[in-house]
Amino acid sequence: MNKLLIHPAAKPVVFLLCLAPFAWLAYGAFTDGLGANPAEALIRSTGDWTLRFLCIVLAVTPVRVMLKLNGLARFRRMLGLFVYFYVVVHLLSYGWFDMGFDLGEIARDIVKRPFILVGFAAFVLLTPLAATSANRIIKAMGAKRWQTLHKLIYVIAGLGLLHFFWMRAGKNNFSEVFVYAAIIGVLMAWRVWDFMRKRKVKAANARVAASLTAGAGMPSRPLSR
Amino acid sequence: MLIPPRDNGFNHPIPSEITPRAIYEGRRDMLRLLGTAAAGTALAGWAARDAWAQTPPPGKLAALKSVKSTVPGAQSMEKVTDYKDATTYNNYYEFGTDKADPAKNAGTLKTRPWSVEIEGLVKKPGRYDIEDLLKLSAQEERIYRLRCVEGWSMVIPWVGYSLAELIKKVEPQGNARYVEFLTLADPKTMPFVGSRVLDWPYAEGLRMDEAMHPLTLLTFGMYGEVLPNQNGAPVRLVVPWKYGFKSAKSIVKIRFVEKEPGTAWNKAAANEYGFYSNVNPNVDHPRWSQATERRIGDGGGLFAKRRKTEMFNGYEAQVASLYAGMDLKKNF
Repeated sequence: MNKLLIHPAAKPVVFLLCLAPFAWLAYGAFTDGLGANPAEALIRSTGDWTLRFLCIVLAVTPVRVMLKLNGLARFRRMLGLFVYFYVVVHLLSYGWFDMGFDLGEIARDIVKRPFILVGFAAFVLLTPLAATSANRIIKAMGAKRWQTLHKLIYVIAGLGLLHFFWMRAGKNNFSEVFVYAAIIGVLMAWRVWDFMRKRKVKAANARVAASLTAGAGMPSRPLSR
Repeated sequence: MLIPPRDNGFNHPIPSEITPRAIYEGRRDMLRLLGTAAAGTALAGWAARDAWAQTPPPGKLAALKSVKSTVPGAQSMEKVTDYKDATTYNNYYEFGTDKADPAKNAGTLKTRPWSVEIEGLVKKPGRYDIEDLLKLSAQEERIYRLRCVEGWSMVIPWVGYSLAELIKKVEPQGNARYVEFLTLADPKTMPFVGSRVLDWPYAEGLRMDEAMHPLTLLTFGMYGEVLPNQNGAPVRLVVPWKYGFKSAKSIVKIRFVEKEPGTAWNKAAANEYGFYSNVNPNVDHPRWSQATERRIGDGGGLFAKRRKTEMFNGYEAQVASLYAGMDLKKNF
């Protein structure tokens, strides 16, 4: 599996797969295949795909660590940028087909409707993450600061879920919201668990190091991780 | 304006340029004839439409004959929504929350035998069979705008008669001030009746004067045929000046009551859906503006601009008097 992941064709294949939903929607838009309300269909599906890609990108690290698929790391940036790609298409579809690109109207709508505000905030927060994707910028920022900035994705995921929850709230129609919330919840829980585990190992290692400096003898096997 | 110079006097055309009388009169006859022919063609259609309702049936279900309605406001001249759009883009939560769900799932709905129970504060309560209801009054075609609370709209040629005809027949008592409509909730044929989205059965209600208004239609068909299941077969309500959810589908019970009845969406979210729910561009839904709407099947497709929503969905002339002196922001 790892071999497959590092195959030179793997990246282009994944790229095209990620583009497929967009291509499908664009095809539908031009062939009248989006049903009775094409604008609504386009806005909703691009929102759905944003959430789906968010779940996918958040799953990369847990899956990589648990299944020892280190090759997966290569795809993380591309998948993350696809979250941004779909949110931009989502925002543009809303701005164009719902608001006719009337900026004043859009501004009023953002303030008026909390769920639009929350969605828009998620987009705004996602922008610096997308903008700091290039190697050059990561280097310039330093890995530590880059990582801290990119922890924003957890806030963004929460805002995205809230946006979806509020959109469905009027109709009490939460089944899909709960599916996304459960997936993101599990992926977050794994991170908390992973963090605790690492901290425990660190603490144990520190204790060992302390005992070593105190000259209490060498442990038979050094603890790792 | 051309002012001829004084010295020129009257302009005499060259005799050869004067059109002979016989020729110009011939031309005028020709034009008159053309005009009559055009008017005749137009009138033929108009005359035919006067005799029977004009919407050509799509040929999917049993035909339901009707005459053109003479109720003021009942003949919208706007482009009628495609039958396909009107029957595949529906809110009918008993069959699923997605708008494509009802068309897929409503095939299980059994519309015969069917009866509507009339109860409460009436002199003639009882169970009315659908076949008797169909014949209770002359079926009329009414072309109404339909405005959904979600911000989209259609134009639909319904077939039915004023609910007032039925109400007069069952003779409400003096203290009956509201009419409550209960719809079918059969978990065996309606897959989503078990879900917690709404309180089942779906309940709706009108004030007595709203229910008696001639525009309030007890509806049995659309597009010249009986109602498709997903549109609320075999009998539903259509109240064109209110948001679509007020028009209960597949009605099984009509109850005359003294107090304002609880309604399904009001129970689900009281701050979002009021009892009146009159179409009103000036009172926004808490989560979106009601100032504009998207007309389904509008020529421009994806790029069609939203249109302005009209007060009482354009039926202000007919219904505004029902709400005279009422604060419509409070009674939304």
